[in-house]
Amino acid sequence: MLGTGLLQGLGVTAKNFVGSFHDPARLTTIEYPEVKTKLPEAYRNFPFLVTENATDPMGTLRCVACQICEKECPPQCIYIEKSKDKKPDATGKPQLFPAIFAIDTSVCMSCQICVEVCPFDAIKMDQVYEIATTDRFSALLLNREQLAKSNAYYHEIHPTEAAEVDARLAAERKAAEAKAVAAAAAKAAAAAAKLAAPVAPKTPAV
Amino acid sequence: MSVSDLSGLNAERATPGARVREVHDSFHGDLLEVSMGPHHPSTHGVFRMIVTLDGETIVKLKPVFGYLHRNHEKLGETVTYLGSMPYTDRLDYLSSMTNNWAYALAVEKLAGQAVPERAEYVRVILAELTRLLNHTCLAGFLMQDCGCSGTPLMYAFREREYILDLFESLSGSRMMCNYQRFGGCRVDPSADWLAGAQKLTDRYGTFLDEFETLLTGNEIIMARTQGVGKLSPELAISAGVTGPMLRATGVNYDLRKVDAYGVYPRFDFRVPLGDHGDVYDRYMIRVLEMRESIKILQQALAGLPAGPIMDPKAKLRSFRPKAGEAYGRIEGPKGEIGFYLLSDGSPNPYRYRIRPPSFINLTVLEDMCLGHTVADAVIILGSVDIVLGEVDR
Amino acid sequence: MESPEQIRDRLLARFPGAEISVVTNPGLAAQHSLLLGAAHARAIAEFLRDDPTLRLDQCSNVTGIDWPEKEIVETTNISTPDPANPAAPPTAVEQKTKRLQPGFLEVVYHLYSITHRHGPVIFRLRTGNRTDQATVPSLTPVWRSCEFQEREVFDLFGVTFVGHPDLRRILMWDEFKDHPMRRDYVEPDDYEWEPTPHGAVLEKTKAHYPTPPAPASVAPVKAAAP
Repeated sequence: MLGTGLLQGLGVTAKNFVGSFHDPARLTTIEYPEVKTKLPEAYRNFPFLVTENATDPMGTLRCVACQICEKECPPQCIYIEKSKDKKPDATGKPQLFPAIFAIDTSVCMSCQICVEVCPFDAIKMDQVYEIATTDRFSALLLNREQLAKSNAYYHEIHPTEAAEVDARLAAERKAAEAKAVAAAAAKAAAAAAKLAAPVAPKTPAV
Repeated sequence: MSVSDLSGLNAERATPGARVREVHDSFHGDLLEVSMGPHHPSTHGVFRMIVTLDGETIVKLKPVFGYLHRNHEKLGETVTYLGSMPYTDRLDYLSSMTNNWAYALAVEKLAGQAVPERAEYVRVILAELTRLLNHTCLAGFLMQDCGCSGTPLMYAFREREYILDLFESLSGSRMMCNYQRFGGCRVDPSADWLAGAQKLTDRYGTFLDEFETLLTGNEIIMARTQGVGKLSPELAISAGVTGPMLRATGVNYDLRKVDAYGVYPRFDFRVPLGDHGDVYDRYMIRVLEMRESIKILQQALAGLPAGPIMDPKAKLRSFRPKAGEAYGRIEGPKGEIGFYLLSDGSPNPYRYRIRPPSFINLTVLEDMCLGHTVADAVIILGSVDIVLGEVDR
Repeated sequence: MESPEQIRDRLLARFPGAEISVVTNPGLAAQHSLLLGAAHARAIAEFLRDDPTLRLDQCSNVTGIDWPEKEIVETTNISTPDPANPAAPPTAVEQKTKRLQPGFLEVVYHLYSITHRHGPVIFRLRTGNRTDQATVPSLTPVWRSCEFQEREVFDLFGVTFVGHPDLRRILMWDEFKDHPMRRDYVEPDDYEWEPTPHGAVLEKTKAHYPTPPAPASVAPVKAAAP
């Protein structure tokens, strides 16, 4: 009969209309500024720089200014200048550090390629999304002081990933320490051998 | 024609006769050129059609492109192979996962990169979710173009959001996923994610039933879309039309079957075909394809093997494929999306070309619209399923 | 499906005197292509479309490639036998020759058969040079799908397709000069003034705008409060 399809369709809209009053699962919207959705752990927005210590953010940046992210960034939004001197990083090893590290967030497209290529786990993706500003220029050009955020914060936003990174870094550190100990032992042994060696040829001469 | 003529017409209105016919004939043959777009809700973005009308009938239609042109292909030549991956998301921004896959496939062909089985399955799952998302949206948009203001589009967007939630929790971004890599995928989907995908797949059929009850049998929609914008199979083949638009004309050509890329030969699914090649068939093909997609999703989720998600030999940085060229294509939701890459051995491609399905499908827009009214042109354009990010690149 | 060599042999038998050669693809994809001369291109295209064993009824992809002029340095080893002592090993002299490879534009067509479900058959057309002889015959009368794609190649590469029914710019606007996809295209320097930290862009903007338009909008980067 002509019109049956129409009536059936109206039935669907009626069901949806009434259903959303009774069934919370059918209510798909939230009142945004008051209520916020829980972000998934993988959510990414703009990059930030990880620091080991929140009290001295600039002194404990993981970044060693290797400029790999700067080269790989597809829209070229990262700008890095290396420091002239070296300064001990979190493990105490002297390292270069970025004298200037700027990200132009008006150009950044949140692709996270910088995170993937970073060999030092120094740059990670942030989750702050309420970043609207009235200043189109300087407020969107972030320098290293604005970019630096603590490792504790990283743990807060990406717990699983951060735990993996920390475990890996700890293992690397341990391996490096073990290597250093072994190297020191070998050096000591070599020195001892050297010390003993000049003595040895002397004895037959006497 | 002067004002006095019109007054004469009014005087004769009571007894319509020879004079009315004469005045009507004087209009006949005057062509009117109308510029539809670039800013018009029915053009799905910044797209313009210069329509020449005889009365209300279209006698000529010239599409005008380029309002969103950013020379994507030139950009691809200035960045590394990996650097182009996030840009492919911005082509057809409704189906970034399949764009990623097409590009990854072309590069893998070029570099001879193997892909682990688990990654192939995950790619199929994501591609079929993208197909669901894209076709659901298209159905919503098409109904919006027909004049069903809001309701079907909102239902479609509600379901799309569930799929986008899945994409977001996997890749970190709803639409700009940047998920596939050469030799696998970026992150391994967790058990929770897979459970979520399974739940959505199980539920999607119910939504489709509801959606079809709302639309498929609706007499107004049938009257509005049947017999409108007919496309012959011969013209469709010659004009390089691909995807659901080609299959709506009855041509059995689906790259998932023809090229059998990825792990598609392992799944049991059918290729729906249309009879008439009109707007209604194009809508129906998409609905039927969604049902097949659900079938593929069920099989892929059930058969997902364990193992690595990335080939351990795959290189992320300093990726330099051997000199040569490759053309890789997959069946995207809009049609055949292909990438043609020419490498000269350097880290950047020498030539990076995208075969955009919706751009080439627009070749026949004029042929489909001739003889129809402006209101029909709107729904014919809607049934082509264009995304301007891909048309203009 | 027939290999490009087989297709070439069959085409040569059908079109004696046509310039057809196989371009091997050194890459792993091994998608070899045919290089066709302009004179017979249209007839060959029709043959490829209508031949019952090939039936390449779909022209999937049309694209241009720019090959600018290139200086090639070739090193050849010329060994001259010693005339006085023929038994001695010849002295090898390395000779470097410089050769200017002329530039040209190339149009690549990817064909598939929907009827027989095979492909791709790839063929290329080349222009005489990049300036006054940048023409190839249009294949839009053979495959409709070339219509917009050839317009795109015309727009972005500057290849003129002889016989195209409606050859206009398609993505760029009509008043636009130059062809942006050519390798030697110089992009305009009239960027919007932005305080970018990138030296190159900043220099370009400075050259274009000797004085910053609005001093307020280029405030220096403020350090965040600790």
